[in-house]
Amino acid sequence: MNRLSPSTPPRLALHGISKRYAGVVANDRIDLKVAAGEIHALLGENGAGKSTLMKIVYGVTHPDEGSIEWEGAPVAIRSPAQARRLGIGMVFQHFSVFETLTVAENIALALNERLPAATLAARIDEVSKRYGLPVDPQRLTHGMSVGERQRVEIVRCLLQSPRLLIMDEPTSVLTPQAVRTLFETLRRLAAEGVSILYISHKLDEIRELCDVATILRNGRVTGTAIPREQSNASLARMMVGTELKQCTLKPCPPGPIRLELANLSQATEDPFGTSLRQINLRVHGGQIVGIAGVSGNGQKELLAAISGERLCEQRAAVRLCDQDAARLNPAQRRSLGLRFVPEERLGRGAVPGMSLSDNCVLTGTTAGLVRHGLVRRQAARAFARATIAEFAVKCDGELAPADSLSGGNLQKFIVGREIRLVPTVMLVAQPTWGVDVGASLLIRQALIDLRDAGAAVLVISEDLDELFAICDCLAVLAGGRLSETVPTAGLALETVGLWMTGEFHAAAPGAGVAHAAV
Amino acid sequence: MPPFDRNPWPLRLERRQKPSAAMRIWSSPLAALAMLATGLLVFAALGKDPLAAFRVFFIEPVSSLYGVGELLLKATPLMLCAQGLALCYRANVWNIGAEGQLTLGAITGGGVGLFYGAALGHWVQPVMLAAGVVGGMAWAAIPAFLRSRFRTSEIFVSLMLVYIAQLLLSYLVHGPWRDPAGQNFPQSQPLPDNALLAPLLDGTRVNVGFIIALLLSALCWWFGKTTAAGFRMRVGGLAPAAAAYAGISERGNVWLALMISGGSAGLAGICEVAGPIGMLQPVVSPGYGFAAIIVAFVGRLHPLGVVLASLLMSALYLGGESAQMELQLPASVSGLFQGTLLFYLLAAELFIGFRLRRVRRAPAAAPASA
Repeated sequence: MNRLSPSTPPRLALHGISKRYAGVVANDRIDLKVAAGEIHALLGENGAGKSTLMKIVYGVTHPDEGSIEWEGAPVAIRSPAQARRLGIGMVFQHFSVFETLTVAENIALALNERLPAATLAARIDEVSKRYGLPVDPQRLTHGMSVGERQRVEIVRCLLQSPRLLIMDEPTSVLTPQAVRTLFETLRRLAAEGVSILYISHKLDEIRELCDVATILRNGRVTGTAIPREQSNASLARMMVGTELKQCTLKPCPPGPIRLELANLSQATEDPFGTSLRQINLRVHGGQIVGIAGVSGNGQKELLAAISGERLCEQRAAVRLCDQDAARLNPAQRRSLGLRFVPEERLGRGAVPGMSLSDNCVLTGTTAGLVRHGLVRRQAARAFARATIAEFAVKCDGELAPADSLSGGNLQKFIVGREIRLVPTVMLVAQPTWGVDVGASLLIRQALIDLRDAGAAVLVISEDLDELFAICDCLAVLAGGRLSETVPTAGLALETVGLWMTGEFHAAAPGAGVAHAAV
Repeated sequence: MPPFDRNPWPLRLERRQKPSAAMRIWSSPLAALAMLATGLLVFAALGKDPLAAFRVFFIEPVSSLYGVGELLLKATPLMLCAQGLALCYRANVWNIGAEGQLTLGAITGGGVGLFYGAALGHWVQPVMLAAGVVGGMAWAAIPAFLRSRFRTSEIFVSLMLVYIAQLLLSYLVHGPWRDPAGQNFPQSQPLPDNALLAPLLDGTRVNVGFIIALLLSALCWWFGKTTAAGFRMRVGGLAPAAAAYAGISERGNVWLALMISGGSAGLAGICEVAGPIGMLQPVVSPGYGFAAIIVAFVGRLHPLGVVLASLLMSALYLGGESAQMELQLPASVSGLFQGTLLFYLLAAELFIGFRLRRVRRAPAAAPASA
């Protein structure tokens, strides 16, 4: 690592930054120094104040107190445009793209300078090749997966030749191989003198990639560390404040087959979607099966085919609890015992403007919340209250609207609601995407408890650590095809990575070395 | 993100942290006040004394029992149409053709009164009202079928069917249903006496239709608040993906919404024909079905709001007539008030989710001392 001499001022220095929102101190006198060419981790749970701090650096919000120095000179960063002019780029966790525009048009909108379309496309191509981030400038963004949109975001930032790049949870949507590529990209950028602020809660990654880590908890800096010299446990302690419990998966004999997909093929309705090709899958009671893969490889289509949001023409291609469910709608499949937690929490798993109590009625019609065609308001409220209590959902009572909850709390609520509706088959997409460590643990443990109680659980996730931690068996979805289902124990991470590229018959050299789950 | 720091305008629209509850309640009254102020300015510009014009427009029409009766009479079709439309719009189904469904209700209900009036005796009125409802539903079934079967836009289909319904009525009263004793006027025979809705009070023309409209309002409130079908319609309107996730049938919602709004518009039509008009004629409504769209939104799609908004809109119709007679203003003055009301309402709605913020000019964006 080529450090500049200690006398040069840091690229970015924050002194005593504080930010209060109504009743909440998001940042409390935070100091932070990032040197030129340094990869600096910002580590903390959701709600620890990382995002607020980064929004301040990027000019989205303004601090109540404290000062910012950029390359030794004090600055006030008033807007993202100004931050970009200074040389600060940010890759957001929740990307904002205009879905009706192409990749190139989206990027053009966010650039400070105006470029002819042809020049811009050429530059996008050049940057994406140079850093191993394949994107097609002419493609429309509306059908893109989260992972693909992230690539667009990164390319957009790199086009502006930033001197400080802020990356907010960048690896949650990438294959292990893609993570490798990204790390190489980031190391190359650092070697070229670009500083990187890397926000994450994945401890392995931080220990591998980052030079320095600043740890935040409840809006305060609780420590700085050289991650290479720390263990996962010691970093987690600084982050959470207490020892982390681990999920444990006790061996458990599989029960009868509850969910079966037989030769399921289905053309996608989305012009940029992925058609499903001859998918075979069996999930037994008392078993958690995980489906790994980068989103955009048929996950959306597979979920819709199992949930019934898209009906299937082939007879018996989808069987639920020994019944042909191929042509049953979601409500009919629910009455067979299927429960479903979709990836989109607001707008699909929950109705934004409605209260939590009404959101229980959404899927709870068979659980006695509707009788004689009338909504039983008191029963729904009681159901919502019990869900909130059992799953420790932080909210303003059962009448709070669903969109007033944070992402993690809403996810706990939706998972809790579906679990309390007593599933025989539980289908969960991205159970802990963007959810903090404590809540993730609670959700994973709830899924394991469900399995131990005999339910068949199917988890579709991009987070391999998660799948390895909670699944009995794993399969990989790539290009609309599903690999065979194999036991997680003894499965090598590299094999899964190869399968994610569609090479189902390849085994990684040195396979057989079990992956140590975090 | 646009480089908004170069914008010289001193005010910015800014999304509120959460929608303002106060603006939600006050947006309609504010719009009504702004409409009033604009109206007074227009009167002044036309050389009328604004205060006198205000009196002619809003006070005089309702200063007698007869006038109050007229207010309720004109509010009836507006309320009937707008209650159905409000349910419809909350389910994200855009029925723009209440005027056509109203016309069809007038035809079917009126037809029953004309041809079976004598035979039905005491039963003629309920049968006429039911026939009006069925006629409105049948007309709304066309956009419902086309949308759920072929995904056509119910906005266009229902709107175009308005003109077809009006031409159908026109054909009937010019042709087969024309009164042979009517000196060639394009109108039907008058309805027999037993088919006419009697006034509720002597000295007024308001009839049982107004009571039905109030009952329907209460029914709509109950339906939206407590029934599972009402819940499903609301979910379909607020979050279509969540409705699909929960297995709520979109077709079911579309059909139900169009049947309710078509039926209530048809009821409005027959109440007009069996009430103040008393026969079929080429035009049975001065645009109640279209005005009801404004009423539904001024009432914020809430049953109680719709009741109040239909009274306001009725007052505009009466005021417009009175202004024509006493101030010699053109008939379009009612339309002007309706249009301004909708305009201000849409403007006021914006401030439920957004607010205006004054920005101080930031100094040049280059590194500045803190």
